[in-house]
Amino acid sequence: MKVTLEHYLVVGAILFSLGLYTAITRRNAIGILLGVELVLNAAALNFIAFDHYVAESHGPAGQVFALFIVALAASGAVVALAICLEVVRSHRGLAVDDLARLSR
Amino acid sequence: MARVDIAGVAFVALALLTLGSAAIVAFARSVMHSAAGLLGVLCGVAGFYALLSADFLAAVQLLVYVGGTLVVFLFAVMLTLTSARAASSNEPIATGRRAAGWATIALAFALVTIALDTIWPLGEKLVQLPTTAKLGHALLGPYALPFELLALLLLATTVGALAIARSAVKVGAEP
Repeated sequence: MKVTLEHYLVVGAILFSLGLYTAITRRNAIGILLGVELVLNAAALNFIAFDHYVAESHGPAGQVFALFIVALAASGAVVALAICLEVVRSHRGLAVDDLARLSR
Repeated sequence: MARVDIAGVAFVALALLTLGSAAIVAFARSVMHSAAGLLGVLCGVAGFYALLSADFLAAVQLLVYVGGTLVVFLFAVMLTLTSARAASSNEPIATGRRAAGWATIALAFALVTIALDTIWPLGEKLVQLPTTAKLGHALLGPYALPFELLALLLLATTVGALAIARSAVKVGAEP
C-alpha cells in the first residue's frame, strides 16, 4: 500500500470531526478542552501532510505553523485550566451550562 | 518495495491508534478516561509526524504535548474531580446530542469528499530527509518575528495563569 496525501487528509478529517463532536456535546469544561485539543492536532497534521506532499520546497513553512499550533495549544490549555480551577472553587462544579456568569 | 510496505503498515497502525483514542476522548463517560485517550491521540499524531519527515516536530509533540500539556490536563482533572461523581464526570448534553452527531458526520463526509475529489498539486519527488536544520534556519530567518512573539505570548500565559490560579488564595486582593 502506498501512503498518499489523501490518506492523511481523511485521518485528519475524522479526527477533526470527533474533536468537534466532543467540544459541542460535553458538559464538563475540561472535556470540551480535550475536544479542542483534538481539533488542533487534526489541523497540525494537515499542515505537516501538505508540507510533505505538496510544497515545492519540501520546506519548513508548514512545520513552522505546526510548531506554533503546539505552542499556542499549550498556552491556551494552561490559561483555560487555571480558569477551570477557579471556577470549581467558586461554582462547586465544571458543568458549562451552569456557568451563566463567571463572577461570584 | 519493502520500505513502502513498512510505511503502509505503520500508517495503518498509527491511524487505528489515533482514531481509536480519539473515539475514547469523544465517547468516554469519565473525564479521566477522556484525558487518557488524549495520550493515544498525541502519540499517534507524533508517529504521523515522523512518517512525514517532520522529525523535530515528532520530538516536540512528545516532549511538549505529552510531557507538558497532557500532564497539566491530568492535574486539572484530578484537582477538579469530586470522587463521588468521578465515573460520570464527562456526561454529554441531554438534548441535541443526536443532532450534533449527524451534523458532525455530515461535516466529516464533506471533508473526506473534498479531500478525495480535489486534485492537489503534488510535488514531483518525495524525499524522506530530516528537516530539523531547515526548520531552525527558518525560525531564525524569515520567521524570527513570529518566533519572538510566541516567546512573549508564552511569558504572558505563564503570568496570566499564575495570576488566575493565585487569586483564589487571597480573594479580592488585587495588586
